[in-house]
Formats: sequence, C-alpha cells, structure tokens
Amino acid sequence: MEQGGGGRPLVEVRNLSVGFSASMGFFKKRTVSAIDDLSLAAWEGESLGVVGESGSGKTTLARVLVKLLRPHSGEVLFKGEDVLTQTRKEERVYRRKVQMVFQDPYESLNPRSTVWDAVEEPLLIHHVAGDRHSRGEMVERLVAMVGLDPGAVKHKYPHQLSGGERQRVSIARALAVSPDLLIADEPVSMLDVSMRIGILDLMLELKRKLGLTLIFITHDLGVARYFCDRIAVMYQGKLMEVARTEELLERPLHPYTKLLLDSVPVPGGAGPAPPEAVDADPRPAPAGCKFSPRCPYARDRCRGSAPDLTEVSRSRYAACYYPLTS
Amino acid sequence: MPLLELKNLSVAYRLQKGYLMAVDQVSMEVNEGEVLGIAGESGCGKSTVALSVLRILPKSARVTGAVAFGGEDVLTMGDERVRAYRWKHVALVPQGSMNAFDPVISVGAQIVEAIRLHESAGKEEAWRRARELFGLVGIPKERVTNYPHELSGGMKQRAAIAMALSLSPKLVILDEPTTALDVVVQKQILSLLARLQRELGVSFMFITHDLSVLAEVATRVAVMYAGKLVEVGPADVMFRSPSHPYTQALMRAIPNVHGDISQVKSILGTPPDLTSLPKGCRFSPRCPHSFGRCTVEEPRLLPSTTGSMAACHLVGG
Amino acid sequence: MTENKRVTSGVLIIGIFVFMAVFAPWLTPYKPQVVSGSPYSPPSFQHWMGTDDLGYDVMSQVIYGARISLTVGFTVALAATSIGSLIGLLSGFYRGVVDEALMRFTDVILVLPSLPLAIILAAYLGPSVITIIEVLTLTSWPLVARVIRSQTLSLRERPFVDAARVAGASDARIMFKVIIPNLLSLIAANAVLAITGAVVGEAGLDFIGMGNPSVVSWGTMLYWSQNLGAVLRGAWWWILAPGLCIAFVGLGAVLISIGVENIFNPRLRGR
Repeated sequence: MEQGGGGRPLVEVRNLSVGFSASMGFFKKRTVSAIDDLSLAAWEGESLGVVGESGSGKTTLARVLVKLLRPHSGEVLFKGEDVLTQTRKEERVYRRKVQMVFQDPYESLNPRSTVWDAVEEPLLIHHVAGDRHSRGEMVERLVAMVGLDPGAVKHKYPHQLSGGERQRVSIARALAVSPDLLIADEPVSMLDVSMRIGILDLMLELKRKLGLTLIFITHDLGVARYFCDRIAVMYQGKLMEVARTEELLERPLHPYTKLLLDSVPVPGGAGPAPPEAVDADPRPAPAGCKFSPRCPYARDRCRGSAPDLTEVSRSRYAACYYPLTS
Repeated sequence: MPLLELKNLSVAYRLQKGYLMAVDQVSMEVNEGEVLGIAGESGCGKSTVALSVLRILPKSARVTGAVAFGGEDVLTMGDERVRAYRWKHVALVPQGSMNAFDPVISVGAQIVEAIRLHESAGKEEAWRRARELFGLVGIPKERVTNYPHELSGGMKQRAAIAMALSLSPKLVILDEPTTALDVVVQKQILSLLARLQRELGVSFMFITHDLSVLAEVATRVAVMYAGKLVEVGPADVMFRSPSHPYTQALMRAIPNVHGDISQVKSILGTPPDLTSLPKGCRFSPRCPHSFGRCTVEEPRLLPSTTGSMAACHLVGG
Repeated sequence: MTENKRVTSGVLIIGIFVFMAVFAPWLTPYKPQVVSGSPYSPPSFQHWMGTDDLGYDVMSQVIYGARISLTVGFTVALAATSIGSLIGLLSGFYRGVVDEALMRFTDVILVLPSLPLAIILAAYLGPSVITIIEVLTLTSWPLVARVIRSQTLSLRERPFVDAARVAGASDARIMFKVIIPNLLSLIAANAVLAITGAVVGEAGLDFIGMGNPSVVSWGTMLYWSQNLGAVLRGAWWWILAPGLCIAFVGLGAVLISIGVENIFNPRLRGR
C-alpha cells in the first residue's frame, strides 16, 4: 500500500467498491459499479492527484471520502481509524478534519447567502470562535487569507463575484475549521484559463502554510503536474497506475496513462492521433482489464482477467500484465 | 480575396441602461482552406463574432462595420438569401450540439431532415449522403440509424460535425467543440478536423477558451480580450513567440505535461466589466509591462516583429 | 422594474382593504346593521352603494365585511402555507419512507372535496367563522405541500447542499438555513395566492350558508342578496359591491405573487 508515498497515511481506502443501481427497462435493475475494489492512500503532507476521464469514478471517490456517499464495501481509514462506523460525535469531528472544494463555484455556494454568511457557517456549526466579535475577526482573516478584500466582498452575494472569487470563498469556507485534509474536486476546470493558476497557487501556498494534505481530483494532466506530488490514474472505477508525478509523466507504465499523455494537445500537432476506433463506447465493461477493449497492447490474458495493482519496479505501481517498461 | 472578412465589426447589446459593447472594432479574415482559431476568456466576444457571421444575433443587438462572405455583404442580405447562406455556405456546430440531438429520432434521420430542408434531395439520396457523412467523420456507416443515446459522446460530436457538413459549406464555425469531451476524445476530434480540412478543403472558425487545443489544428490564431482583437497571426508564431502581453500571459498560464513548468504564472486580476472598461488598453490593469501611455491611449493593431499583428504600444508603434 | 411596480400596486390594493378593515368604524357613514334608508335604494349621494332589503347601507357592510374576509384570508393563508411548507420540506428532504407516508396522507386530503367536507364539519361544529377557517386550512395546505416538496427535491441535489453537509451542517440546519431561504419566494408566492383562495373560499362557504349569516362579511352579503332575489329586483349594487371587493383582493394578491421573486432573490433585488 505504499504506492510510492512515504511517511504516515492520513487517509486510506481499502478494497473500496461503490455501485449505483440503474434501471434497465421496467423490471430489470443492474448495479453499475462506479468504483471497483480500489485501494489508495494519501500520505500526510502530500498532494495526491487523482486523474481520470468522466466515468472514471474519481468524483465518486471524493464523495465517499467526505461521507456524502456510502460505499458498498471496503474500508475508509482516517489516521488509522475507521470512518464508516463513526458515531455521530466522531463524525462531527471528522467533518472538521476533512473538507472539500467543489467543482462548480457557481453552484456550490448558496445563492441566498453572502460571502460573510458562507464563511461564517462552518464556524457556527463547529462552535469555533465562540462570540460574535472573534467570529467576525476570523471571517475577515479567512477572507483575506484567500486573497480577497474583506471590506469589498463580505456583503456580496455569489452572483456578484467572478468564478475565481467564488472559488476563493469556497476555499476560505473549507479552511475555516482548520482541516487536515482538503479534497479539491476539479476546482479550476470551470474557471477561465487566466484564473486557474492563481487558484492553484493559492492552494499550494495554503498547503505549505497550514500543513495540509491535499487530494486533487482532475482530468487535466498538466494541472496535475503543476499541483501534485503523486498521481493516481483511474479508469472506469479501477486504479490503473500510481507513481510520483515526474516519473509517471516521463515514463508511464500503463498503456492508459500513455494514451492520456499522448492525447494532450501539443503545439504543431506533433504526435499522431490515437486510433479513431478507440472512441469510448458505452458498452458494459468486460470481464478482463477494463481498458483492454481500447488498449493497443491487449492480449488474450488481458481480456480474461483483470490485473491487480502491483509494484512493477521500485515504487512504481501499475495494474497491467504487460507494463510499458522499456 | 479572403473567404470571410470582418471589417471594424462592432456589436452592442442593449441593456436596461445603455449598451454593452460585446465586440469592438474587430477586423479579421478567414482564408479558403484554413483553420482560424479564436481564443479568449468568457466575455471576450468570441461567440458574438460567430453569431454576427451567421446573422443570428438577438434583435436588440446593434451591429456596425461589415461582414463579407465571398465578397458579399452578409449584414445587408435579405431574409431569403440569409436562409440559403446559413448551412449552405456557412454552417455552425454550436456549443453543446452533441447533446442537442432529438432523443427520439435517429441521428441519421435528423441529418436527412436537415438536408431535405435545404435541398430538393430525394429520401434515398439524402440517406445515402447521411451514410457517406458518417463514414467521412469516422463513425461506422451502419450506425446511421442509431438513436443519440446509442452513440458515445465522441460519436455524437462527430455526428454534429457531419450534420454541419451535410450541405458542403465552405466555412464551418465550431463553438467550443471539444469543451465537454475527455482528453482522448478531444484529441480524436481535433485530428478529425485536421483531416477534414485537408481532404475537403473546408475552412473552420474554431472558437475556444482553451488556447492549447488550437495548437493542434489552427493555421492562424486570433486572441480576443474584452471585446477587442489583441493579437492575430500564424499559429506557429502565436505559439512560439507571441507578441502581445496577454497572449504571452495566457500561454504561460497553461501548465504543460512536458517541458518546463517553472515559467507557469498566473495572470493577476480579473477581466474587466464590459460596462465599465478601463481607459486606454483594456489589458493594462493586468499587464506586467503597462506604462503611462497604456492607460491613456488605446493601441491599434500593428504588425509585430515576429510576424503577427498585435494591439500593444510595446509592439510596432 | 415593471415587476416592482406590479408588487407595489398589489401591496397598495391589499393595503387599502386592510386599512378599511382596521378603521371600519371611522370610515363608515352608518352602522352596517342599522336601517339607514329605504330598502333597495340604488346608489345615491346618501348611500354611495345603495341599500339592501332591510335598508342597511351596502357600503358600510362592505367596509365592515372586509374584517371577516381578510381575517379569514390571512389566517388561512398563514396556517395552510406553514403546514404545507413544513410537510413539503420534510417530505422532499428525507424522501423514502417519510416522503411516502406524508405524501399519501397529503393525497388523501387533497382529494377530499372541500364543499361536502365543509357541510359536514359545519353541521358538527355549528356554522361560524372558526369553522370556516378550519375547513379552508384543512383543504388548502396539501397543494402547498406538493409544490414545496418538488422544489425541495430539486434543491437538495444542488451542490451547495452537499457543501453545507461537508461543512458539518445537521439535517435541521440544512433544511431551515440552507433550503428554506431558497424556497422563500415560492413560499411567499403560495401564501399570497392562498389569501385569494381563502377569501373566495370564505365567501363561497358563507354563500351556501355555512358561515354565520348574522355576521357581516362579503360572503354573507352575497348569500343574502342571492336569497332575497337581488337580481330579480334589479339591485345590482348589492351584488356588485362585495363581488368587486373579492375580485380586487384577488388581483392584488396575484400582482404581489408575480413579483415576489424579486424581493427574495438577491440576484434580482439589485436591479
């Protein structure tokens, strides 16, 4: 379970499976698995990127970690303690320790609450900073910490702010209760390009200042490279590869990681396009490796059974029978 | 003569109080067989440019300047002429068009309908063309009878492109055609567009907020900011040595997968509110190179040393 | 802007009626149930709205009648909207068994025909204003509950509700501090429309004799005018005066409800 990290795991999922029931016609119901037997850990103080396309299960993983969703099976451990069997009281504490920044800054702030209310809410819920006065000071400090001018924005409503400003408010809100773990689900994908790096820089700076551990969900490998120490690549609910960022990008072991990398647009149109036939089909997943229908290197063994995530070389982990080692 | 030519195009939308200049004095052209990429952030006016070219602006919009297609003035065309001009000469793949197919009619039938609405083609003939178009955009021909939900996202986007091509237009305007797609599918759509441009000689106007996708397909790139065209030039020049500080900043704001990322830097501030624009150059409040003249005088588009045209006091003037 | 004008005129209309009800003794030229002229006098300088069969002044009755009609209207609107909103909120928020139970109950009440129900209840409890309030409240909350439930169902899926949960908010907090503020305009619109419903309903129940016929209200005025053949005698003013009052209250309420979104939505408020 080391998967290239080091130190102590802050949060860890073991053999996690999450399914949704989808109705197929009138009577038939089928469970669609969003996450399938996933084991992954985030190490204290690191920023772990979870990269994948839509349908990879990366957002589902985030929702399980913040307890918005219950898994079907498997364990979630926070500092070694089981998260899924928490009492109400323990859950309250957990909710202080684990916070999340959502993808859509337009939707994740209550349209009827001012910036002030939004940042104050977690303080009220968790009885941080008891009296009105110190709470007020704290709100101002938090708003200033994310690079906004408290005087200018505190009485504004979300619709009066830009996307970047809204996302900063979300960050201030998440950090109000001084969490240990911050999960960011595509925090910049809905923002204008010129706003993105500003938000990422802010989160990195706060991570350093506050000693946060970050789990960063994204579809964008470039952004993941900028932001993450380690990257976990997911595909259709399975973990495909985990490695330190530079190693993963320089020498991808899993054919899927390579496909993702080859798909990133490069000036001059260099690199041939992936074959057109590999267009993802909404077909039920095969029994073997989930990626095998699209994999140019797939052999019979890959279609027969799914490989587990194994250590291919020192601190390099991939779920592939024929990793790209050369 | 360029295929499409915009001259000092300005578009203002009526607000409750006064007007909002969405596009301000923009001149550019699309030549035959080229892919012009238009990049910019939300509110920069890139979509309004597309709407003006297609003459589908809301009635309240005030348009000045000229739009010429093959030498013909688009803005003064009669209704009858405009109907023929759209689709047959200039087609649009609107944003989110892959999800705009009618869910209860097969995709092929929808293409057939589009063909027969504009041309007096027989049913047989139209279906034959629909199958051909499917082949052209890389979807197996037999899937022409599939319903939208039976196609993947990438296939639906291909089908939307096929539909735009159904009347063999000379120019296709693509509004954020890859925005909702995963990277792998995005790459495939980009290479499809490059192939179509090569094989059919069709021109594309490719509108996107993501400069990096233009790297693969665009022959020329135009960058817009707050309603103004700030730089336009050949793609290799724009990507290798951009002249306008905004273009430079945008390039630096995208972390790449390979190469140096120590240069990645954010752009300070936010795009201006179009109802209260800064004086002088609109980028000046966010520009690291801004000096006295920038806050007073609006720069004109002038040739730069690298081969692009840029609207900046540091360039050319 | 035009919507704000609508709200203003709606508030003005309702306001005039409230003023009438509150200051009735000072505004009326005669006591409402004292003979002040000859029966069936048409509108004249002495009797602006004529007199009824006993020679009572119609205008005085209309002004006093506003008291009963508006009391019933406001009370029923408040009670029905509160009950309906609460049930709709709980139902939509918890879904599952809670929703199933509450909504089946709501449906049962919803399909009860209010008129026969009123007749039965009035027979039990005796015709009175209180009976009317009870009957109207009982029959008008289910619609509110339905509307609020469906809106709650959609609101609870919005990311800001997830965000509140991640922030540690309890169910109660999410319902009352996060969801309710987003429902306020809908609740207010429903409440305002419920006033119209209740005023019309009150008049209807009075009209069929379920109220106390010796009390002056717009409904009892219509009841008596109908029973004593105002139409046959050509005493149109006797019908028209209370009828117009009911219509104007309805108009005022509709005007307010159309523009009510502007008051509660911060996005629209600033414009």
